[in-house]
Amino acid sequence: MLDKLLLGRYIQSDSFIHRLDPRTKLLGSFYFIGIIFLANNLWGYGLLILFTFLAIALTGIKLSYFINGVKPMIWLILFTVVFQIFFTIGGEVYFQWGPIVITSLGVINAIYIFLRLVLIIMMSTILTLTTAPLELADGIEHMLRPLEKIGFPSHEIALMLSIALRYVPTLIDEAQKIMNAQRSRGVEFDQGSFIQRMKAVVPVLVPLFVSAFNRAEEMATAMEARGYRGGEGRTKFRQLQFTRQDFWVVLAFVIVTVALIALRLYV
Amino acid sequence: MSDSIFEIKDLSFKYFDSEYQALKDVSFSIKKGEWIAIIGPNGSGKSTLAKILNGLLVPDAGEVYVNGQLLDENTVWDVRRTVGMVFQNPDNQFVGATVEDDVAFGLENHGVPRSEMIQRIEEALAEVRMESFRKSEPARLSGGQKQRVAIASVLALRPDVIILDEATAMLDPLGRREVIEAIKKVKEHHHLTVISITHDIDEASYADRILVMNQGDLVEQNTPDKIFERGDELIQMGLDVPFAQKLKEGLANRGINVPEEYLSEEALLEWLTTSYLSK
Repeated sequence: MLDKLLLGRYIQSDSFIHRLDPRTKLLGSFYFIGIIFLANNLWGYGLLILFTFLAIALTGIKLSYFINGVKPMIWLILFTVVFQIFFTIGGEVYFQWGPIVITSLGVINAIYIFLRLVLIIMMSTILTLTTAPLELADGIEHMLRPLEKIGFPSHEIALMLSIALRYVPTLIDEAQKIMNAQRSRGVEFDQGSFIQRMKAVVPVLVPLFVSAFNRAEEMATAMEARGYRGGEGRTKFRQLQFTRQDFWVVLAFVIVTVALIALRLYV
Repeated sequence: MSDSIFEIKDLSFKYFDSEYQALKDVSFSIKKGEWIAIIGPNGSGKSTLAKILNGLLVPDAGEVYVNGQLLDENTVWDVRRTVGMVFQNPDNQFVGATVEDDVAFGLENHGVPRSEMIQRIEEALAEVRMESFRKSEPARLSGGQKQRVAIASVLALRPDVIILDEATAMLDPLGRREVIEAIKKVKEHHHLTVISITHDIDEASYADRILVMNQGDLVEQNTPDKIFERGDELIQMGLDVPFAQKLKEGLANRGINVPEEYLSEEALLEWLTTSYLSK
């Protein structure tokens, strides 16, 4: 069950991308989503495709993983694409039947939307495949830290995030156990009408919630016993550091951005 | 007074929503370097007592002195540095995402600088033979291994006292033995005081002194031999006696003249061989 989860999909390795600072990867992914909207012609999209595949090659992970990442979203993507084809009007008319019109602009827009979505999903797959959940939590904490000045509880958020991540497998195990225990008492999870199935979930959710409360209580006691009194005066064991590699990534992003703007203005 | 690390005077405690007095006028003291086992049936107040010793619960009446210092609001964080605690459920006390993060957690709380942290983590993990698991996640460890990490986390803080609040209760026999071996070794090495709250009578037999609790009262404190000699009383309280004591009683029921006093397994074996040979 764990391998179906996004968080559990981290693949351990020692590639260029793996060794990057998690902050670089996080910001890079967000930035990529931003600059993807700069591309407005085939050259621009060609450049972005090249960039994405270069990044994928640098992860050293098989392409099939990235294709699998797109698969669950494919219906949503196709749905959007079809809408674009039928409802964007402009340019040369290829086909007309009643209110349904297929135009050249619609087709081009649909292709762009398709490429955009696929590239965004692939970029975020790179992030999740090459960054351990904990590194991600660390990266988020560091980036939230400046917000502490305006009273944002960045330490608390980061602690909650890392504890939540640490409990994902434990709680999945437990949910699995409760489900099996309820099955052995005759609860059927995959039969009956929709309402019946929803009802069958209750004997799993209630014990899971109760046990989560108990866990939280015991955990809080254990944390206090080990001297936890909040974020103040704490030192940090994990430390993040930007390296030369991160600099190369920033440089690559700058070049791509400049090239995209140039392609947009002059082609 | 100077050689006692814990001095407990007339402790009483009642949980706010219960009618029932969890502790009634409990007093005792613990010497430095002693191994104390607290035994008693469920609901006898053992775990409540442990939490009071660490300042996690505040008693209704009575005083706790740690190293001659009164435990109150101002000293509670110092006390928690002196007194480390290992709890029952290995999953629910594992705060870190990996083994080394978990050991680091306590050190981070106490503001230990990072360079010293790395060294202390290494030492503490070596002490419980978990150094090859530094980067492992809790989901990939066995119960016994997680409890050994919990001990390492406490050790890294260099406490004077370790309280084990039924730390082996959820483990299989092998895991239990691993944890007890680790504690024994650590105790010798660091001259620690160990307070183990347990249902496991074999674990209790390692102690220098056993405190027996029943319904909030401290009913008895004595060496394991003296306690186990009165096997029937323990069984009536819902507790158990060690295997050697059971065997001796079985022999006595079959009309064999066995010695009155408690014998450990080795001592019983020796007695059996000599009496068999002398026949």
